[in-house]
Amino acid sequence: MTKPESEWTWKELPVGNVILEPGNASQYRTGDWKTLKPVLKKELCIHCGLCYIFCPDMAYSLNEENYFIADLFYCKGCGICAKECPTGAITMVLEEEEK
Amino acid sequence: MTENLNVFAVRTLTQKEYFTPGHRSCQGCAEALAVRLVAKALGGNVIIANATGCMEIVSSPLPYTAWRVPWFHVAFENTAAVASGIESALKVLMRKGRIPRKKIVTLAMGGDGGTADIGLQALSGALERGHNFLYVCTDNEAYMNTGIQRSSSTPFGASTTTSPVGRVQMGQITWKKNMPAIAAAHNIPYVATACPSYPIDLVQKVKKAADIEGPAYVHILSVCPTGWRSAPELSIRLGRLAVETGIFPLYEVEKGQYRLSIDFPKLKSIKDYTKLQGRFRHLTDEMIEEIETRVHKEYEQLRAKAGKGS
Amino acid sequence: MGKRIGMEVSIAAAEAVKQANVDLISAYPITPQTHIVEHLSELVANGDLDAEFFCVESEHSALSVCVGAAATGARTFTCTSSQGLALMSEITYIASGLRLPMLMIISNRTISAPLSIWNDHSDTMSIRDCGWIQFFVENGQEVYDHVFVSYRLGEDKNVLFPVIINMDGFILSHVIEPIELIEQEKIDQFLPPYQPVHQLHPDHPVTMGAFALPAIFAETKKAQEEALRSSMPKIIETWKAFGDMTGRYYHPVETYKTEDADTLLLTMGSFGETASVAVDKMREEGRSVGLVKIRLWRPFPFDDLKQATLHAKRLVVIDRAISVGACGPVASEVKAALYGNDRRPSVYNFVAGISGRDVTPSDFIKMVDKAELEIEEGNREGYEIYGVRG
Repeated sequence: MTKPESEWTWKELPVGNVILEPGNASQYRTGDWKTLKPVLKKELCIHCGLCYIFCPDMAYSLNEENYFIADLFYCKGCGICAKECPTGAITMVLEEEEK
Repeated sequence: MTENLNVFAVRTLTQKEYFTPGHRSCQGCAEALAVRLVAKALGGNVIIANATGCMEIVSSPLPYTAWRVPWFHVAFENTAAVASGIESALKVLMRKGRIPRKKIVTLAMGGDGGTADIGLQALSGALERGHNFLYVCTDNEAYMNTGIQRSSSTPFGASTTTSPVGRVQMGQITWKKNMPAIAAAHNIPYVATACPSYPIDLVQKVKKAADIEGPAYVHILSVCPTGWRSAPELSIRLGRLAVETGIFPLYEVEKGQYRLSIDFPKLKSIKDYTKLQGRFRHLTDEMIEEIETRVHKEYEQLRAKAGKGS
Repeated sequence: MGKRIGMEVSIAAAEAVKQANVDLISAYPITPQTHIVEHLSELVANGDLDAEFFCVESEHSALSVCVGAAATGARTFTCTSSQGLALMSEITYIASGLRLPMLMIISNRTISAPLSIWNDHSDTMSIRDCGWIQFFVENGQEVYDHVFVSYRLGEDKNVLFPVIINMDGFILSHVIEPIELIEQEKIDQFLPPYQPVHQLHPDHPVTMGAFALPAIFAETKKAQEEALRSSMPKIIETWKAFGDMTGRYYHPVETYKTEDADTLLLTMGSFGETASVAVDKMREEGRSVGLVKIRLWRPFPFDDLKQATLHAKRLVVIDRAISVGACGPVASEVKAALYGNDRRPSVYNFVAGISGRDVTPSDFIKMVDKAELEIEEGNREGYEIYGVRG
């Protein structure tokens, strides 16, 4: 796990402040930015993949059942997937606070 | 739209992501989507030189990086020069046997400010020298990262913080600089325009540009909901409308030969596009007519260049 | 002992770059650096140097190209002066922050306005803080020698800093001097190929040039500052290895007849040779004068300077640039370095030789005369531009 920036000492920094772990931004949770979250109605899904390809946050991936599902850890709730879904299978709903 | 009918389904593109989630762009950022698609098109065998700007900031806050490929940010205006250095270093190191010979794509990426304004000199130099690299301009039509200030790529009439709407002046008073034409004027082998709303087209163009020997330039319209004052969920729709209204035509210039990627028998009304964006909220009917006249004229000129003139 | 040839110093510098097996040269012309890049382009065109050589569209791009190439693992070279240095100054800070080794020769020339092509140190003084290792050289041989020293030093895994060689424009760049060339086999042994610690390559993807939030920025600067300061032992070591190879030993501060001197002259760059002639003349007349020459400008040689000067009564610092509205930049740094010692010389600051105006041995004698008189009369803060009419 990469330490957040406020915990690094100057001696720990790689020379030139190079970041050696490719793609470690994926440890950062952007999912708590959202107010709305996408919900899929599986019966309407035609597995076209448009939700997946249009997501600016790469939140979608295929599950075992061959549906594209949004990873709420990253999803910022922009609503592009719901808007672009050709069958209206995705709706944006208000995210409830975890109890 | 696409000549290669083998790749017409989104699911046939690689599922691998070279630009990871966890980046800090705004919700609905089509520039992040553009960059994601460019990265997918090029795969892992690439070295990226990136200008200062939205994509650089959101993808590289020390100690995190959203990049799974080698990536280098130096400054704002010198991306094409940095890329020239990378490309030439690869050439000489391979020639001298210090690194194994293999094809590695050198990609330079910058926004509209970093390309058409402050970066124009370095770009022109790199294109003239004929380096074997690809320059991608992600154009969100203003200096978005610093807070939505106008650039030479801001369209006529658009409201930005430095071309605001007031009593005496109403938004940007100059017409958008034609960067693809400037790139084409350098007689480079390949120039193209693309939009993430047409993802397969974008990916194919980027792949083609990377395969070409010599400099290639791809200009990508990047809808910015924050700067354009549009709803985040409309970013793909707005990109599509930009193309369908003729405001941002999709085309290629290959060895000086123009080719439209998609041609419309009738262009949609400009109003369909502007009414969805707060930055155009103030446009009067006269201004809209002025814009539409010019857009249609330029579209016809483009069609003529592509051999489809009436 | 290598071959000793009379050659123009710019040509010697270019020959050194060739012998250093440079991989990439980016060039933009500006007087008085042009002879270096012109000769390099001839060497490449004739196949005598296997390197990428290309002309860029501005000095800012010249250094940017070197940064991109160095990050990819190439040994790079560029050179500039004056306005060109000012234009690329943004990138000098970046190259140091990124810890990328490269060599830049600055053919020192004054910064306009008014425009002038002649020599002084105002260009290099404007980037004092950029974080490069910076040398000042006195003559053509030193320019040639320091090319090899700079690459070996900058590329050392415990250093990793870009290096600047300051050589006076026209006064050095365009004169013919006797240069002892070093045999290629010796250079190849002294200077192995560049092995980068981090490199842009798809096989091991790294991100370079990330931005730093306030929470981490101070740590990045501390790391850079510590690294530059602690490169001093490596600098000494590299000079020693070079001296063992050639018999020419260099030091951060060079001294000439200073041991028992009451009055010391302090110079940087080509002034040194002329001043030493003046010192000889004054010694003949029985005056207690010596000469201190700062060779290593960054990291600043605090200890060596103190050792060379603290014993003297008077220190006459000759600047070749002005920090307009303040004083000579070298004098201000020297004073700051000596301030902590209770026993220290009185400093008198002259600015001389601005924009190539000739400074002769008798000028140095006059400056020493004036300084000694002024200090005698209680002036502890002397500062003047020497030889201005009116």
